[in-house]
Amino acid sequence: MNNESVFSLLAFGDTGWGDDLLAGAWITVQLAAVSLVCGLALGLLLAGGRLSPWRPLNWLTNTYIIFIRGTPEFLVLLLVFFGLDLVVQQIAAGLGIQSSFEVPKFAAAVAGLSLIFSAYASEVFRGAYLAVPTGQIEAATATGMSAGQVFWRVRLPQMWRFALPGLANLWMVLLKDTSLAAVIALDELLRQAKVASESTLQPLVFYLAAGAIYLVLTAVSDIARHRLELGARRGYAR
Amino acid sequence: MFDFVRVYLNFKIAASDGICGALAPISPDLFVNACPRFFDGFFVTLELLLLSSVLGFLIAVAVVLARVSSSRFLSIPAHAYIYVFRGTPLLVQLWVLYYGLGSMGAEGLGPLWPFFKEGWWVGLLTLTLNTAAYVAEILRGGIQNLPHGQIEAAEACGMTWSQRMRRIIFPQAIRIAWPAYGNEVILLMKASALVSTITVMDLMGQTRTIFSRSYDLSIFLYGAALYLVLAGLLTLGLRLVEARMTIPSFTQPKSPR
Repeated sequence: MNNESVFSLLAFGDTGWGDDLLAGAWITVQLAAVSLVCGLALGLLLAGGRLSPWRPLNWLTNTYIIFIRGTPEFLVLLLVFFGLDLVVQQIAAGLGIQSSFEVPKFAAAVAGLSLIFSAYASEVFRGAYLAVPTGQIEAATATGMSAGQVFWRVRLPQMWRFALPGLANLWMVLLKDTSLAAVIALDELLRQAKVASESTLQPLVFYLAAGAIYLVLTAVSDIARHRLELGARRGYAR
Repeated sequence: MFDFVRVYLNFKIAASDGICGALAPISPDLFVNACPRFFDGFFVTLELLLLSSVLGFLIAVAVVLARVSSSRFLSIPAHAYIYVFRGTPLLVQLWVLYYGLGSMGAEGLGPLWPFFKEGWWVGLLTLTLNTAAYVAEILRGGIQNLPHGQIEAAEACGMTWSQRMRRIIFPQAIRIAWPAYGNEVILLMKASALVSTITVMDLMGQTRTIFSRSYDLSIFLYGAALYLVLAGLLTLGLRLVEARMTIPSFTQPKSPR
């Protein structure tokens, strides 16, 4: 294959697939960002469950985390994808509504990815919660702060610093895991590359191009991580 | 060698029959019918995992030696390798090697074609290369966290580079890196499910096939249960090795998470 044909394959516009790949990359970024927000919220709740003194809640969150950590992301994603449809149909049938509503693929992918993300994030949050030195908590209590004040004023602002490296790693994992959504035919980056390679019969070009775009996304994330870590450590930097 | 293979094959059949038979009275019909297929896939996953983690570890040792080497001709390619394999999704790597390279066909690949047309071999290759990059990074953490004074002392004793590596650096680095390495093995087990997208009938592949016939969601839960069993067994095995490696009264500094 000569270079000219590679350029025309990856060109923008009606003839090339460059714009389709970039559109896919944009969906990948959106998918990762929305899953991050949902996953962080869910992860905080789960961390609360693990740290809670109430045993049943403790047991429930632990079981959930063990399940997610020991099961392939791919399996969880498919389970959520097929399961959500079933749940919606059951609810509709229960209400006596005849519906052929299908859960949008984007929503299903967000649900699956954020469920996975939250289990790992909860471990990071738990570690960060416990990493704040006890002396500070005692000092805050001694100055007369209520438990809520101790949490909001002393613990939470510092948790960010301890949690950031772990969360940044999880973001990288999440960004790469979005590629699994290609299997449920969500039009993200890898799926676009698949469509392009099937209609041009040039899979090597398009999968390599997709790989290169993922590499750019992770490289940009790496720079952002570095900046954020410098910011979070200001006043503590050695 | 041939004997070993035969014994292993017999063991697989016996284990599958035995466990499926024992579970039959207490499990639903759906699982009873699918059980032999599940165990077929279970062993494919286990074989891929064991082979790729061992081969990947060996490559990782070579890569990390190149990565920490003072020669730029070694460290830059090693760094690039780690960067590319850690920076792209495993699914993309699998598809590049299987569908991408495979599309070149017999005329493009020549003697390599029999290798690249088999999903199992490409899966093994990709998992090995992928985990090698992650393990190399883990080992690098172990090596670079060692106190520099030890290396200087070893040099002062007149040890050569390979003696320092074998006697001083590696035995400590592997102990520091072991917990993180254990995590990576579990992650590799989960990641290996993706080989089902390149036609390999591993545990995930069998689960998807059985699901596509029955369209019963509980199939995924059975598959998940088997993966959890595998994760449990691995965790146990890794702990045993860790306990065996630990030197009494010589505790390692806690490696940062």
